[in-house]
Amino acid sequence: MTLQVDISHRQGDFLLETAFESAGSLTALFGPSGSGKTTLVNVIAGLVRPQKGHVAVDGRVLVDTASRTFLKPHRRRIGYVFQDARLFPHLTVRQNLLYGRWLAPREAQKAQLGAVVDMLDIGHLLARRPALLSGGEKQRVAIGRALLSAPSLILMDEPLASLDEARKGEILPYVERLRDAARVPLVYVSHQLAEVARLATDIAVLDKGRLAAFGPTADILPRLDLFGGAEAGEGGALLSMRVAGQDRAFGITTLRSQAGEIVVPRLDAALGTYVRVRLRARDVMVATAKPQGLSALNLLAGTIVSLEAVGDSGAEVRIDCAGETVVARITRLSATRLRLEPGMAVYAVVKTVSVEPAGAMPVG
Amino acid sequence: MDWLELSPDEWVAVRLSLKVSFWAMAASLPAGILVAWLLARRDFWGKSLLNGIVHLPLVMPPVVTGYLLLLTFGRRGPAGAFLYEHFGITFSFRWTGAALACAVMAFPLMVRAIRLSIEAIDQRLEAAAGTLGAGPLTVFATITLPLALPGVIAGMILAFAKAMGEFGATITFVSNIPGETQTLPSAIYTFTQVPGGELGALRLTLVSIALALGALLVSEWLARRASNRVAGL
Repeated sequence: MTLQVDISHRQGDFLLETAFESAGSLTALFGPSGSGKTTLVNVIAGLVRPQKGHVAVDGRVLVDTASRTFLKPHRRRIGYVFQDARLFPHLTVRQNLLYGRWLAPREAQKAQLGAVVDMLDIGHLLARRPALLSGGEKQRVAIGRALLSAPSLILMDEPLASLDEARKGEILPYVERLRDAARVPLVYVSHQLAEVARLATDIAVLDKGRLAAFGPTADILPRLDLFGGAEAGEGGALLSMRVAGQDRAFGITTLRSQAGEIVVPRLDAALGTYVRVRLRARDVMVATAKPQGLSALNLLAGTIVSLEAVGDSGAEVRIDCAGETVVARITRLSATRLRLEPGMAVYAVVKTVSVEPAGAMPVG
Repeated sequence: MDWLELSPDEWVAVRLSLKVSFWAMAASLPAGILVAWLLARRDFWGKSLLNGIVHLPLVMPPVVTGYLLLLTFGRRGPAGAFLYEHFGITFSFRWTGAALACAVMAFPLMVRAIRLSIEAIDQRLEAAAGTLGAGPLTVFATITLPLALPGVIAGMILAFAKAMGEFGATITFVSNIPGETQTLPSAIYTFTQVPGGELGALRLTLVSIALALGALLVSEWLARRASNRVAGL
């Protein structure tokens, strides 16, 4: 399963010029507002016709301006989950769900209504009309509706943007299930790194219409230079770690990878399962000797790979921990006082850890 | 209260009016929906011209509209002669001609009501239906038309009420023949022209008022039901 995009499209003063090819099960389009994310998904869906370029899914050409190919949206079989859900107000939830399925060619229908309803926990809503649903319920129905239309790709344009924090937390597990179970590749638009770090297998970073970077999540996330503005400081290492121990008495779980061991508040996960661990650069401190009498529990030993000044006062330290890279964002003052330099043996002290189920993240 | 009882001739006029108005409304509905959709959703060359022609009967003297109909759809008019020779259809001095005159006069009101309700529909819903595999016709039948239903109902009732009251174009085009083209307004007019016709005119006036009021109430009720449904309640 691959998505190929190579387009050039001008809208007024804005030029979207992007090319990448993704085979991931969830490709995130990440960037600040106005970076061209929505225009790009609209081009993939066929709602915007690009002036120049080529879009193909699994080798099936959707747009190719050179050969004057342009498939109308209804012939593309690309599911689209809109930011505002866009459920049909005059139809019940069940009728909304079956709308696309009813139009899809029979041989393409893989997903069953019952299975989709179970996966999204919307069985109790089937007889209702959209006006009576909460924002989170609407988005779940919209996801189900797109999935049942037998798409070869599902686009999700900031599906959580119109929800409050609590509701976002409600929806994310369903997106994860979709990514891991539905066998339909997803393209997920977001301007929030936390969401992307949790969900994406691959990330395309857009900046003012241009592709700033593209690659697997674990390679993109540590590149702090890519994340400015509101998301500055959200970047950092993404490690795939195994659940190595459960301590019921203290309510903690031990996670292990080749980089070392990390202890987190108790996770409800079986021994041996993999989880995604995000170490934000701003939550990592650097110590030149093994610290004593420190409340932070998590120490990873390693050697400094690189040291770079960032802005007026910051410094970015990359530490190689037995083959895995951890990034720390400290002040330049500290870096100078500690006389940090590449090749030096140090400890990364991790204050806060966020842990997500690993799902489809490439492991090992 | 005997004076309230309609004479057989008066009943004929009432029934004819209902028949003429119903057919004027029903036969022009498909064209009304199509034109409303074209004006609301499509850009094409001559759109302003189409809009102007549709609205012309609203601003022209009804007698002029009736006379134009007589010139085109009369037995010797280009359209009238063609229809008669090929299909045996005659409009002049028939109740069908009255229905045609009423339909033309009511058309702008019908189109306007339907067009406004189509314009009020969120086009993003139609785009969403497209991404689910619905082609333009399916989108229209499953999304646009159901959501425009309150406006369609309003347009139908407006057209019916307008047809019930149409006088000038009808009498010019198909005259005032009792039992064939003498609708309620023509009958009332005739009563006012003869000595002793006051009571008959008054009775038919009351019938007119009752029918108009009934149409309004029914349309209110239908439109509220339809808009609740569209709003998802």
